[in-house]
Amino acid sequence: MGYIAIIGRFVLEFFAASGRLSLFTWHSTAAVFAPPVYLREIIRQVIFIGYFSLPVVALTSFFTGGVLALQIYYGGNQLNSEAIVSTIVALGITRELGPVLGGLMVAGRVSAAIAAEIGTMRVTEQIDALTTLSTDPFKYLVAPRLISATLCMPVLAFFADIIGVMGGFVVGTQSLDFNSAIYVQRTVNFLELDDITSGLIKAAVFGFIIALMGCYHGYNSRGGAQGVGRATTNAVVTASILILMANYIMTSLFFTA
Amino acid sequence: MKKENRIEVSGLQKSFAGKEVLRGVDLEIPVGTSLVIIGGSGSGKSVLLKHILGLLRADAGSIKIDGEEISKFSRRQRKHVDQRIGMLFQNGALFDSMPVWKNVAFAQIQANNLSAEEARQIAKDSLAMVELGEDILDLFPAALSGGTHKRIGLARAISYRPDIIFFDEPTTGLDPIMTDVINHLIVQCVKELGATTMTITHDMSSVRAIADKTALLYKGQIIWHGDRDELETADNPYLRQFMLGLPEGPIEVEGAVA
Repeated sequence: MGYIAIIGRFVLEFFAASGRLSLFTWHSTAAVFAPPVYLREIIRQVIFIGYFSLPVVALTSFFTGGVLALQIYYGGNQLNSEAIVSTIVALGITRELGPVLGGLMVAGRVSAAIAAEIGTMRVTEQIDALTTLSTDPFKYLVAPRLISATLCMPVLAFFADIIGVMGGFVVGTQSLDFNSAIYVQRTVNFLELDDITSGLIKAAVFGFIIALMGCYHGYNSRGGAQGVGRATTNAVVTASILILMANYIMTSLFFTA
Repeated sequence: MKKENRIEVSGLQKSFAGKEVLRGVDLEIPVGTSLVIIGGSGSGKSVLLKHILGLLRADAGSIKIDGEEISKFSRRQRKHVDQRIGMLFQNGALFDSMPVWKNVAFAQIQANNLSAEEARQIAKDSLAMVELGEDILDLFPAALSGGTHKRIGLARAISYRPDIIFFDEPTTGLDPIMTDVINHLIVQCVKELGATTMTITHDMSSVRAIADKTALLYKGQIIWHGDRDELETADNPYLRQFMLGLPEGPIEVEGAVA
């Protein structure tokens, strides 16, 4: 009987949490499309989410491209197919690793920061103060972050694509002795526009997830500093898991007939 | 002649996870009156205030402002009410990301799309009412003391000249001198604006300085109410125990060992 009660409690809590998240997503999305638009807040968030995330995304992408080139080369070497290095690096980076690793890095940085900021505002009654000052927290706090993250992530992913391919190029030509002209030609020949756009669409979805999880956990944080810490951790964990799940679903949709 | 009621609360009930926090609260605040609600920690004071501010939904009961039932209003529906209400939060609740002038004039900036110059002027005027100078206009809350936070919070609460003001434990965490300063500023601002106010506190010096009327909330119910003068003479055992700060009496002390 004890086990059934535990399972029952778990199931109830799961559905309650899903309901809360669904309602929050609905309110947040509605706030994005409803006036007023807080342009100054959006610009502030674009600078924080987009501009300041660029170095971490660029570094991650560069080294991922380099490692990818090395691994494909050593694997391909055993089958005498080293020539595919440039093609696989380009496809791997643009379709998957650029947006996914970029998304995970930004989730670590931005979801945590959003959850901490909004969580602190919650526990210090700043969100209540906003409400009593006739300002909707969903429009003032949540919508600008959702808009900025959804717009910035494709741009970051685009840079991640370029820098990741460059990482592969540097390792390929400097360490693995590929001819640079042939490397570039094989990259360009096999890369199609769909490979890039699918990655950018994924990145936009990841941006939405990152901001949503940060806002959701921050907005619902309780219990002082400990609660804010918990919200920050939960935001990063749930954003990362949802990014990987969403990536699988979108890959299934984009690349299977 | 009896004044009309600005705020009327009747039969207000609220439970959290099966625990009753408000058990049928009834209170009336006549126009221009300063009501102070006293009570120990966990007695339901803040929950009551949050219901009147529309931050929580009641399980049952009614809240009226100037006779208009507002307890079921959505945020949008009660906008005209919110524009008449000023609120000083316990720790000021200033926005960390904004300088003082933006904090103080926030409501007007949002409502009227003011220029920076106009907003700074409003902030300057409001800060003057709480006896703060314009030298702090560009500072951020992190650079200011707790007492200054409260004064800026008060300046923000009165900046749009509300006719109803709520104070949530306005002197908690302040030294006796700053407590006196805040009490004095509250009395002065309320007098200047002619506002109706409700203050929740457990600081008896605030009660004596601010209150026209007082109510004692215990376990989610108003168990005593009266004029300020009646405080010292009332023989209600709960009130006496609370005022004298005695550990023994009808009020159960939370966490006390029997």
